[in-house]
Amino acid sequence: MSGNGHGKPKFAMYWAAGCGGCEIAVLNIHEGILDLDANFEVVFWPVAMDAKYKDVEAMEDGEITLCLFNGSIRNDENAEMAHLLRRKSKVLVAFGSCACEGCIPGLANLYSKRSLVETAFSTLTTDNPGGVLPQTTYAAPEGELHIPTLYETVRTLDQVVKVDYYMPGCPPESPQIMSVLGLVIQALKGEAQLPPAGSVIGAGNSTVCDECPRPRNEKTLTVFRRMATFQPNVQECLLEQGILCSGLATRSGCKALCPSANMPCIGCYGPAPEVVDQGARMMSAIASVIGSNDPKEIDKIMDGIVDPAGTFYRFGLPHSLLHHARTDG
Amino acid sequence: MNDNSQNVSGDVRIGVYVCHCGSNIASMVDVEEVARWAGEALPGVVASRDNNFMCSSLGQEMIEKDIKELGLNRVVVAACSPHLHEATFRNACQRAGLNPFLFDMVSIREQVSWVNTDRAVATEKAKALISGGVHRVAYNQPLEPIIVDINPNVMVVGGGIAGIQAALEIADGGSHVYLVEREPSIGGHMAQLDKTFPTLDCSACILTPKMFTAGNHRNITLLTWSEVEKVDGFIGNFTVKIRKKARKVDTDLCTGCGLCEEKCPKKVVDEVFEAGLGYRKAIYRPFPQAVPKFPVIDTENCTFFQKGTCKACQKFCPTGAINFDQQDEILTVNVGNIILATGYDLFDSRRISQYGYGRLANVFSSLEFERLSNAAGPTGGKVVLRDGVTTPQSVAIIHCVGSRDTNYNKYCSSICCMQSLKFAHVVKERTGAQVYDFYIDIRTPAKAYDEFYQHVLEENVLFVRGKVAEVTDAARLPGEEGKLIVQVEDTLAGKQRRIPVDMVILSAGLEPRADSKEVAKKFGISCSYEGWFIERHPKLDPVATMTDGIFIAGACQGPKDIPAAVAQGAAAAARVMGLVGQGQISLEPVRAYVNEAQCSGCRICNNMCPFNAITFHEDRAVSEINPALCQGCGTCVSACPAGAIRASHFSDQQVMAQIEGILMIDLKQRELVNG
Amino acid sequence: MADNGFEPVIVGFTCNWCSYRAADSAGMARIKYAPNVRLIRLMCSGRLDPQFVLKALAEGADGVLISGCHPGDCHYVEQNYKTIRRYELLKKTLDALGIEEGRVKLVWASAAEGAILADQIDQMVAKIKSLGPLNWKARPARAPTGKGGQP
Repeated sequence: MSGNGHGKPKFAMYWAAGCGGCEIAVLNIHEGILDLDANFEVVFWPVAMDAKYKDVEAMEDGEITLCLFNGSIRNDENAEMAHLLRRKSKVLVAFGSCACEGCIPGLANLYSKRSLVETAFSTLTTDNPGGVLPQTTYAAPEGELHIPTLYETVRTLDQVVKVDYYMPGCPPESPQIMSVLGLVIQALKGEAQLPPAGSVIGAGNSTVCDECPRPRNEKTLTVFRRMATFQPNVQECLLEQGILCSGLATRSGCKALCPSANMPCIGCYGPAPEVVDQGARMMSAIASVIGSNDPKEIDKIMDGIVDPAGTFYRFGLPHSLLHHARTDG
Repeated sequence: MNDNSQNVSGDVRIGVYVCHCGSNIASMVDVEEVARWAGEALPGVVASRDNNFMCSSLGQEMIEKDIKELGLNRVVVAACSPHLHEATFRNACQRAGLNPFLFDMVSIREQVSWVNTDRAVATEKAKALISGGVHRVAYNQPLEPIIVDINPNVMVVGGGIAGIQAALEIADGGSHVYLVEREPSIGGHMAQLDKTFPTLDCSACILTPKMFTAGNHRNITLLTWSEVEKVDGFIGNFTVKIRKKARKVDTDLCTGCGLCEEKCPKKVVDEVFEAGLGYRKAIYRPFPQAVPKFPVIDTENCTFFQKGTCKACQKFCPTGAINFDQQDEILTVNVGNIILATGYDLFDSRRISQYGYGRLANVFSSLEFERLSNAAGPTGGKVVLRDGVTTPQSVAIIHCVGSRDTNYNKYCSSICCMQSLKFAHVVKERTGAQVYDFYIDIRTPAKAYDEFYQHVLEENVLFVRGKVAEVTDAARLPGEEGKLIVQVEDTLAGKQRRIPVDMVILSAGLEPRADSKEVAKKFGISCSYEGWFIERHPKLDPVATMTDGIFIAGACQGPKDIPAAVAQGAAAAARVMGLVGQGQISLEPVRAYVNEAQCSGCRICNNMCPFNAITFHEDRAVSEINPALCQGCGTCVSACPAGAIRASHFSDQQVMAQIEGILMIDLKQRELVNG
Repeated sequence: MADNGFEPVIVGFTCNWCSYRAADSAGMARIKYAPNVRLIRLMCSGRLDPQFVLKALAEGADGVLISGCHPGDCHYVEQNYKTIRRYELLKKTLDALGIEEGRVKLVWASAAEGAILADQIDQMVAKIKSLGPLNWKARPARAPTGKGGQP
């Protein structure tokens, strides 16, 4: 990342409210990173190089050809950078589940901002006898200090700016990243065409179920089991064994990595194509095949779903129809 | 036909028509204001009018004119219920060249004007509903009805009286019928009966002419000793696989002389036709007037098939018709419609152990008694005890055995009261015995039924109102030794009674056939919880089922007497002949379909369909919906976790848009109200 | 929960064969009931997708009424049993998302039961009046265009 790529298209990657896994996934393309360096000039990538916000502000609008924006929008700094990079980028990609659907940070939408802050600053292990809570402005002797304000809810990138492409996954699998970079490089050379704006790239058009090697039968669910207390049979469908596998409601593209490792899919590649609310689809599918017609019995079977909000909306709460839970305060 | 219906994506041009319905709507909804508002506030509306009676020819012509002159490609009518006039306006659209499914109807009469008292509130509600309709109709797609040909051949499954009636009527009407019966002869339960109420006609006398006609009709192919194995296809186009079991008799050579039966040394208790009361041979015809006349060999009881010896039938057969090597034959038959007339099974009275059936020798079931009293039966029609000799001096007839009973079957079996009265009359007539009828209610609803009851009352039959608690041979009081004692609470007298009798007849209830649920699944229809086949509508459509092309007739639909079974057989035949006469049928295109590219083969949808419209293809690992079987309920659409199943009408997009349209107005109102 | 003039807006889903006809039947009998429900006709209650309920709540409805044929009487045989299953799970999830019980309700009404449906509607409106408006307003501004996961 020498910065010496005069004339090469410019590349940026930014990390908003996320865990950093997406950045690692990009590095995980191994020697593919050399293709990146060969074809792009990396102008802004906080995790990998030393560039400042003012460097981005100084650029022309649309000067950055490709920007991979990962992480969700938790505070106004994230939003400001989203707007900035939108202006300065030709192609803005919501990279990874946080930017696309909200992902794990999105689960904060189950609580009010106030309860989150209060909890964080008053746990058993927090030494805060004065009960001090962070303020967004502080009058220091040297001048007024500002820190970013948390928004009431976590938002996705497209709830703040217009997004050109979505790359789902937590993280997007490295081979998919490589193939997308390859496509972009080819498109820049005029050898390939990018799909229409607004498309999901680096993923399949079906669901994880399609990629899963396990056999599929008609389903009737009479019990739900948890991984903590049950060792699933590797030859049978996980859902048929009562494990809540989200594979059937999750976009394909990861080659069913988790079910292949005898773990249920947790839904990180987001909803299937054209689905609005992944959690609702999952809910409807699971409920439809519960093996009872009696409400009391149904409820008893569903007692095995101990955390419906977490199970169905683990990755997509901010992008779901309701966006958040109702909280008082 | 002009091109308006093609313009479905992109520019929507919507016409909105608000009906006054005289004063029915206009008195409570400000229809002119609503029409004006729709034209201004709603997206895509290019024409918005109101009219006194939209359903009149003037109203319809208004729509047709606008379609042609303004290039409308969507129409919304706000008026009465779609159940009244959706078809009317769809036809109007079609006449003007617009696909009828690009039309939506909003009810502002039954749903708004007739149920409100505040004009302002009602007008707002009307606006919200119309907004919903306008937003929704933009996503409607043009749909073409599915036209299928009707194969004129018909299959009737079940050769009892209902099936025979249906087969004869269809055959007389000129269509070819395959009459499939699993027993060696047609006739069903009616062939077992002695006399039929209320006329006391000899059952065989009225049945056998019909059986004979059915067996010889040039338009009927009789397939007895046969069962349906698989049914594929849909209305007009069923492919049915039938297993024609081996009779071990070559029917081209057999003359029906009966010598084989006479010479066969092996006697077997006849559990089916003789209800276990008499015997048949290992090679047998169920009864002398069997149609067809060819016998079958019961290989499980035949000495040759079990031990390799005997072969008496083959030795004596004058035409060499016995063929021990004959194999089952599988036939594949194509038909357009199927009538199921598979009849009933008798309630097994052994389940009510306190009545002693199967344990106490002289307790008889109703079918056993029919065979007993039948002149062609094992006792030559003599009413005698199980020893075959003794005439009973007193007989108890118990109604409602296994019926109207929360422990067994809750329903009334319909025929048992009349049957019990018939038994009472027969016993009286033949033996002069004292007869007691133990009943809960006397149910004699049909023509000449109650008159028959009055007649039996005059014959000095004694009626005790009470549900029999027990039939026992444990004597306690003098006079009970050697008798069967019927213990009952006589509710009208208000006391417990013990009545000693020589013979007890149990009027056992009618039950669905033991395999009715499998049969229903095979044919793609549904069973009630007890196992009766379900009709399309309990009052208005008793012989059709939810599956187009499959009809039901007779006791398989529910307990009924012979006149009702015959009526249903004829009704089903008429329905079928109506379809055959049309030659083609048009199916509503409101359907679900699978977008295969998005289907992952998760199979969640596979058990969502009671019409068996969804099949899973192992090779391609995708599910597919047969549009001719799909009834358009949409349950699979909402079950699919990948959103791969779409609805052609009532799609996700349409409904979501309708929700938005409804709430858009209300939210705006609320903002205005709350400031 | 004083009556401060709050008039709830409720979206109702009916099935073509039973509950929609029940509403028609209420109309034909001129039964007056609370005007707050806007009914949407589906062919079957089995068509009721949880997404529809969530959409209605997210777009501003204070409650959602789901109705269909009585269990055992479904025109399509057994589809309303699937409605029951989905409704039970939806209730559980809505509870986890902090939406009060009573805002989303499943009722059965056959075609002749206009009076019963009208009464159910009145009861539901009263209940939601007591719960107050849902005001699912804390929604972020959406990007103006965009496909691929954009509601």
